[in-house]
Amino acid sequence: MMTNKLMEVPAPAISARRQARRDLVAALPWLLPALTLIVTIVLFPAGYLVWTSTRDVSVVGVDRGPAGFDNYVTLFDSPALGRVLLNTAIWVVGVVVVTLLVSMALAQFLDKAFPGRRLVRLAVIVPWAASVVMTATVFYYGLDPYYGVMNQFLVDVGILDTGFGFTRQPVPAFLVAMGVAVFVSLPFTTYTILAGLQMVPREVVEAASVDGAGPVRTYWSVIFPVLRPAIAVAVLINIINVFNSLPILRTLTGSIPGYDADTTTTLIFKYIQQDRQVETASALSVVNFVIVLAVIGIYLRVVRPMRDE
Amino acid sequence: MALAGAVVALFFLAPYLVMLIGSFKRHSEILRIPATYVPTEWVPSNYASMWSTPETPLAYNLVSTIVISACGTLLVLVVAMPAAYYTAKHRFPGRLAFLLLVLVTQMLQPTVLAAGLFRQFLAIGIDDTWLAMILVNGAFNLSFAVWIMHSFFAGVPKEIDEAAMIDGASKLQTLRRVTLPVVWPGIVTAIIFTFVACWNEFAASLVILTTAENQPLTVAITKFVGQYDSAWQYVFGVSIVGIVPVIILFALVEKRLVAGLTAGAVK
Repeated sequence: MMTNKLMEVPAPAISARRQARRDLVAALPWLLPALTLIVTIVLFPAGYLVWTSTRDVSVVGVDRGPAGFDNYVTLFDSPALGRVLLNTAIWVVGVVVVTLLVSMALAQFLDKAFPGRRLVRLAVIVPWAASVVMTATVFYYGLDPYYGVMNQFLVDVGILDTGFGFTRQPVPAFLVAMGVAVFVSLPFTTYTILAGLQMVPREVVEAASVDGAGPVRTYWSVIFPVLRPAIAVAVLINIINVFNSLPILRTLTGSIPGYDADTTTTLIFKYIQQDRQVETASALSVVNFVIVLAVIGIYLRVVRPMRDE
Repeated sequence: MALAGAVVALFFLAPYLVMLIGSFKRHSEILRIPATYVPTEWVPSNYASMWSTPETPLAYNLVSTIVISACGTLLVLVVAMPAAYYTAKHRFPGRLAFLLLVLVTQMLQPTVLAAGLFRQFLAIGIDDTWLAMILVNGAFNLSFAVWIMHSFFAGVPKEIDEAAMIDGASKLQTLRRVTLPVVWPGIVTAIIFTFVACWNEFAASLVILTTAENQPLTVAITKFVGQYDSAWQYVFGVSIVGIVPVIILFALVEKRLVAGLTAGAVK
């Protein structure tokens, strides 16, 4: 009897483990294609990047042996880095905050019924459909101080006396680039919030106004809580995209010498393409990714987008 | 309201109107000081001559964009759909870990990994190929597609599946006749988003594709912009050719877009 009992006890544990393994094996064929792609095209290059950042690589790409942390030392010794980090912070915070505020207002407007709404909504999508390089390029042309048509418009309506070189100096060029970044981020953000607005119960909004709540009060106490998850996700995706954005700054400030209008992302590409320093670029990429992770980690802790689930 | 709508629409369309009008200007006029709002002479022949310029082999660039986008989207679909379906419909050990891994790929974008990808493709000898760009586009658009389709698959009530089974439908029949019609909007949303992202990809192409013939339109237009002379009329002509198909695509699914985002982003 004793032996029987002893043998019975572990049996369910083993079968549960066996069942778990069987479940995993059954799942693998469905996940394997995705896993293969993620491992070979995302994780492996990420590892390779970390490895390269500790190697001594020649300008033509030949690996000349280990370099320890020399590449990181080179990077942190670079006099440009402080300004670039500051630029990156201004770039991400500025673009994401302004995008969010404008999108909230715009979504509210596009949610109302008015003649031609479908066409207006379509117009708002256009910057999303267009490639960011192409959009940035038309601003670069339009803001040319001599033949730019947008500069000419500003002169004709009396805002400027003469064409201004928006894209010739680091600070104005950087600000213009931030404006363009907001412009191309608006469609996705607005549409996500618009999607969230569809879930606001009409009766509650009406009830609030019957109870004498003004539009501002109604927005913050009734509508905003419903929108919160949509906004949280939209902001998260914006942070990632804006942080990693290359084409806008490359197009609008790329011809300005020096690094005064660079973010960490555009600096990576200058290291790769202008300076042919893949190892310094790799070190900066690693730093860049650590920053993204830290920012997203803090964001998730503070905002808790999945709080309600 | 309608007037405010018109102002909003004009604000978002203005840069693209500049593009459209600019694409019809003669090279000498587009560089004229002061700038003209409307061409003194319309030159539609820009749209013919832009295909044979010394700057870039544009026909090849268009083919590159089409091939990379189509194959990249197909790759995402083939890889993401089974994963999204299975993680939504089955519980198994490691399910959450897998979904988190997918989420991490959203944060690691090609711009961060460009240097690593470039070195890796160089090492295995597929640098400067369409294949490399198809793989890159596939991998980095995977997460959004998985998440959108996952939430749609999860939204199909179990009872519907079971009812179909009881009625004698096989597993495949159930999938095709019952589940697929319900999740179709989610799949369409995922396809459109992926296709547009592939179509407009720039950073990875810039580093990985070094031969002019292999480069997509997004990289090709930068060739027309020089330090001393820029062929803006071609920049804008190519831009219009690149943008119009995507706008048509968006216009077709505009209504679904809101529904698709509700399920995908909010859930």
